[in-house]
Amino acid sequence: MVSIPVVEGAALRAANVSKTFAAADGPALVALDRVSLEVGAGELVSLVGPSGCGKSTLLRLVAGLDRPSAGELWVGDEPITGPNAERGLVFQDPSLFPWLTIRRNIESGLVARGVLRQRRHEVDEYLRLVGLEGFADAYPHQLSGGMAQRAALARALVNHPRVLLLDEPLGALDQFTRMRMQDELLRMWESRGTTLLLVTHDIDEALYLSDRIAVMTPRPGRIDQILDVDLPRPRHRNDRRFLDYRVRLLEMLNLTGGAEDEGDTSS
Amino acid sequence: MTSKLADPQRTVAAPVAHRRGDIPTRSVVAVLSPILVAAAALAVHRYLPDEQLPPLSWLDTLPAWRQPYPVVLALVGAGTILAAIAQAVVPLLRPIVRHFAPLIAGATGVAIVWEFVTTKMNWLHQPFFPGPNEVFGAMVEDRVLLLESAWHSLQLLLAGYAVGVVAGLITGILVGWFPRVRYWAMPALKFIGPIPATALIPLVMTIWKDSFPCAVALIGFAVWFPMTILTSSGIANVRLSYLDVARTLGAGRFYLIFRVAVPAALPNIFVGLFMGLGASFLTLIVAETVGVQAGLGWYLKWQQGYMEYAKVYGTLILSAVFFSTLMTLLFKLRDRVLKWQKGVIKW
Repeated sequence: MVSIPVVEGAALRAANVSKTFAAADGPALVALDRVSLEVGAGELVSLVGPSGCGKSTLLRLVAGLDRPSAGELWVGDEPITGPNAERGLVFQDPSLFPWLTIRRNIESGLVARGVLRQRRHEVDEYLRLVGLEGFADAYPHQLSGGMAQRAALARALVNHPRVLLLDEPLGALDQFTRMRMQDELLRMWESRGTTLLLVTHDIDEALYLSDRIAVMTPRPGRIDQILDVDLPRPRHRNDRRFLDYRVRLLEMLNLTGGAEDEGDTSS
Repeated sequence: MTSKLADPQRTVAAPVAHRRGDIPTRSVVAVLSPILVAAAALAVHRYLPDEQLPPLSWLDTLPAWRQPYPVVLALVGAGTILAAIAQAVVPLLRPIVRHFAPLIAGATGVAIVWEFVTTKMNWLHQPFFPGPNEVFGAMVEDRVLLLESAWHSLQLLLAGYAVGVVAGLITGILVGWFPRVRYWAMPALKFIGPIPATALIPLVMTIWKDSFPCAVALIGFAVWFPMTILTSSGIANVRLSYLDVARTLGAGRFYLIFRVAVPAALPNIFVGLFMGLGASFLTLIVAETVGVQAGLGWYLKWQQGYMEYAKVYGTLILSAVFFSTLMTLLFKLRDRVLKWQKGVIKW
């Protein structure tokens, strides 16, 4: 673990970013409406909000997978024009390549960038980091959900991304696995120095992990308020101050009236 | 978690034990059943009088114990004994022998019925329905010509199949990946593709004087169409999250096409390979009966012309072995290449 190099996180900046999707029938859908957000280098920021508030859309824009309809996105002092290995992405569905073993999945970023030969030794370290050294030659369908998600995380991390984008990475896991994975995520983030932008439905997860929480509201998607979580780590989920933050966050979400939008799956 | 990992490998290692499709009989009965059925077949052959009068042939010069059919039955019996001993000594062979022995017995039973309704009872008449002894005799008599024909068919088939597979992969990837190619090529594909390859015989004969390239082109065309359609649909339907993830990992277009889209489309591509193989068999036989002066189809047509139905059936048996062997090889290749797929594919 010690031999894994610490990377320098990069700051993110979104300035007045809008995204509209043309609808086949009816008016265009405004997924994001003039969203601005700044994430400092090495910071851990969560995006929370009800379904359909544009959290995932924003994340895809930062990843460079989609282009904004208006506004600008910057990583460090470079504008984002497309996907890049310095911005790693992990989805809720681990999306491991099912035809590759776990080792080859983790190697895939190195292969794609043609640096496997120089960096092959790191693959074993990342396998160990996520506790999958015994499963290097297994295929993805042989892993449990938590193991697959850890493999997906290792696959993103081996590229040394300066920004790691996580789209509800623990959303499909059971409560026990999820809480354990949150600790692992924190451990990795603390040991690496990567900037981390996390989309989550889970208020407790956001409070447990984040430096700051951006609260989003739907239709059109906006960032209304940002909550600074000024608690030392490791945090305790039943600590008095943690619960105070929880109440404040719930109020923020309720005050904005976003909670009635269940059942919308466009996030 | 670990038990989940162990499971798929175990099902691969011992596939025959208690899977659906196996007969639940006592293993002793199962293993020795071919001997019993072969003995019954020998009894029928030896003791029932012949009602059907076979044409004069080289078989008339052979003594009764050297006739082809009883020799085959004796081989079945001897093979069964060897297999029974082998599976008792080598545990690894046990599931294989127990799986196949009842099937051999069943096939021998079919031979009994066959001889009964032809040679023995003459319910089906000469010259169209010879008995097993004559058919096996015809295969032995013409063995050199038959094997030469099979060899020629194999060369032609492999050449045509290779051409069709390579061409189908290329067009399938282009059509599946590039929307603009798809726009222009799909209507053309839908227009040209459904033409039966054999309908193009007059056309290819004007292009090449020699019959071999004609036949290669026909078989290639028959394979190309299903390969193209299935490859392109597999590529076009790759899960977008695979491509998204690959992009954020730094993948360029080459990696996206050949390391993500093509592997993800492999299950589809294999459906195309199987459909193409079936189409290639059909086209091969037709091409050989029409133009090519060699191969199993040519031999079949030739013997039919002489009313040599024993040889026609002999060729059919050899063709069945030939084609099903190729199919089996493709199944084996698929099981190797697609071993990453969840569970065992049931088709």
